[in-house]
Amino acid sequence: MNFDKELDARGLNCPLPILRAKKALNEMTSGQVLHIVSTDPGSVKDFAAFSKQTGNELLSSAENNKEFEFYIKRK
Amino acid sequence: MTTPAEIDELVNKRLDELLPQKLEALLQARAEAKTPSMAIIATKGTLDWAYPPFILASTAAALGWDVTIFYTFYGLNLVKKDVSDLKVSPLGNPGMPMKMPFGPDWFKSINWNIPNIVQAGIPGFETLATSLMQQTIKNNGVATIAELRELAQEAGVKFVVCQMTVELFGFSHDDFIDGMDYVGAASFLPVAQQADVTLFI
Repeated sequence: MNFDKELDARGLNCPLPILRAKKALNEMTSGQVLHIVSTDPGSVKDFAAFSKQTGNELLSSAENNKEFEFYIKRK
Repeated sequence: MTTPAEIDELVNKRLDELLPQKLEALLQARAEAKTPSMAIIATKGTLDWAYPPFILASTAAALGWDVTIFYTFYGLNLVKKDVSDLKVSPLGNPGMPMKMPFGPDWFKSINWNIPNIVQAGIPGFETLATSLMQQTIKNNGVATIAELRELAQEAGVKFVVCQMTVELFGFSHDDFIDGMDYVGAASFLPVAQQADVTLFI
């Protein structure tokens, strides 16, 4: 998937992946896509909740090799 | 000819059908338009209890909520300029695991059940426990308190401080970070009244 910005949240624990993602999204423009990689298993549900509450669309959420990958489109 | 009583009955029947739908739509529109808000009272001044208010406040701000933290009593320690001296004590706290943040896995998995009387008798035990917890925090990729506090402030979380306890404990405003309001209970309560979420930590 194409993206405009990347956030490496590997090794970070709650709530840092969400806080860093929010910061990154703030610096982007509407319609741009943020690619996030994290290792926090809690981040799967957290990013779904974050997206639902903030209206930034979660385009995809996937796991491979104990890493979690998210694509979020800026509102 | 329709009688007034019949008209009333028809009107009432129609209203009963329409009102619940209208009301629901209005309430939903109102809920969607409202920015959620949270008011936290932070009363603890130890390294472990410094986490909940800052984690919840910074996350709520990231979700777009309006957040206020009211610092009172030992919570004042959380807004001092330097928070690197916050300590944690396992003494009299049976819920706190005492595990070593270094060494091989079998060693790290041991929970050291040190009797209270021993903990109390060893000079510097609290300092030792604090540095072990700081190492554990680092090993787990958990943010420091200073970092979370900065993120919360950056995200627009409002900090308000209980002026009465500032005086009670002999602090001055110079001891604390900038950008805070010094208020009393009467200023905080109306904020809490309007908040969707109110937490006492």
